Amino acid sequence: MAKAKLTFADIGVTVTVPMGTRIIEVSEKVGAGITYGCRESDCGTCLTEIVTGMENLSEASVLEQATLAEKKAGSNMRLACQTLVLGDATIKPGY
Amino acid sequence: MNGQHMKNEAIAVTNKVHWIGALDPTMRTFDVILKTPNGTTYNAYLVRGSEGVAVIDTVKAERADQFFTRLEAVARYHEITAIVLNHLEPDHSGALPELMRRAPQAKLYISDAAQLMLKALLNNNDIDYIPVTTNDSISLGDCTLRFLNTPYLHWPDTQCTYLVEEGVLFSGDVFGCHYCDELLFNDRVGDFRFSFEYYYNHIMRPFKAYVLSALELIEPLPIQLIAPTHGPILRDHPQHYVQHYRELSTPHLHLERDRDTKSMIIFYISSYGNTMHMAEAIRDGAAEVGGFRISLYDLEGGEVEPFIDLVEEADAILLGSPTINGDAVKPVWDLLSSFSKINVKGKVAGAFGSYGWTGEAVRMIDDRLRGLKMRVPLSGLRIKLIPSADELQDCHRFGQDIGNFLIGKPRAREIDMSQL
Repeated sequence: MAKAKLTFADIGVTVTVPMGTRIIEVSEKVGAGITYGCRESDCGTCLTEIVTGMENLSEASVLEQATLAEKKAGSNMRLACQTLVLGDATIKPGY
Repeated sequence: MNGQHMKNEAIAVTNKVHWIGALDPTMRTFDVILKTPNGTTYNAYLVRGSEGVAVIDTVKAERADQFFTRLEAVARYHEITAIVLNHLEPDHSGALPELMRRAPQAKLYISDAAQLMLKALLNNNDIDYIPVTTNDSISLGDCTLRFLNTPYLHWPDTQCTYLVEEGVLFSGDVFGCHYCDELLFNDRVGDFRFSFEYYYNHIMRPFKAYVLSALELIEPLPIQLIAPTHGPILRDHPQHYVQHYRELSTPHLHLERDRDTKSMIIFYISSYGNTMHMAEAIRDGAAEVGGFRISLYDLEGGEVEPFIDLVEEADAILLGSPTINGDAVKPVWDLLSSFSKINVKGKVAGAFGSYGWTGEAVRMIDDRLRGLKMRVPLSGLRIKLIPSADELQDCHRFGQDIGNFLIGKPRAREIDMSQL
């Protein structure tokens, strides 16, 4: 299975993950600063800044886009509970 | 103490403000989590200006009769130009639909964050409202209502409204308490100190950082009277309660020592001393990192409430438990079930424990810690029965790694997801 490197900039940890892994599946297990609330794109708690590799992430669903808009999130932001890793990326907490 | 003798009269609070709330002296439990030994009040207010009348908050639906009777004693429905909801919880929005039906011309003012809640609470998408935030204001002629955005006190939607000309702060649940006394004013009612602090500790405490932010907006105001949505109206020394909120919300540990000194607490409980030996080795490893204080506590020798006070101001929490009958032991769950009384989000955390044959406890604790939005940088450390010298070294390293994480120097790692 194709792999990608997901780096959590706030804690200096890089995890090699199968492509298609959701950020939420990894970030809690390494103690990254991203925190979660509803885990279904409604609350916006897991707002995440994409430092590099935005092009290597899945596209935001309509629901995620709505929450990002409600949070007035910048174009470099995603929700970690929704975003699939499709290639190398570096991320950090969005708050 | 009860509303038996009080007629459904509106009570004058100031020249322009009347209390039109409801008494609920028989309530004994509020919102599942609060005991209310002499009930509560749902305070609503009516402000009469030269060019308009505003209703500030309503009451629980079951007590709406009191509210409408009192309102009708001081105003007619067609006079109402504004309805302000400082907080949408049902005990304050319960009479809103009926009020809007009776006063359809009135404009509804709510906070930005209240917009989505309003629809979900009233199951009505056709409500007209005006979202407001800090420094927005509305005029009632010779009265000005200015809004203060004070989120998470104790819902995302909460706000305060300030009557500029009379220095009246309609504070919502802030500065409130569950205390039912028909004498209404803090200089006339009984001793409500316990109720005031109890309410703060159960409602506001998890949101201390938001309280401090709100106080930045509230403290500069020349407040003459605080009109909360529950309990006594605070007209005697209202600033005392503002100051008390600041005291209650300021971290105590930071008052006693260098604000930048971090602290770690290691809690454990042990059947045969194995988990205790793990705790000691972890402590020694963390101590080697240095730069923060470490406390080691045996849960068997303490009680939950004082431990929660310590957890609230600690930066890292480690929990050790043996596995008994496939579970962590009750004192550990008792402690963990109280973490929701305080804000633990973002604190560093970890679990460890010795086990006999299955060892589920550590992973269960890990899951709970993550569920509480704590940061768990390492999977919990499990050791079968008596730790060997090598295994105690693993504990030592565990303590070092958590310690380094705590001081912001996490060990840079490259790992495969299968290792997690």
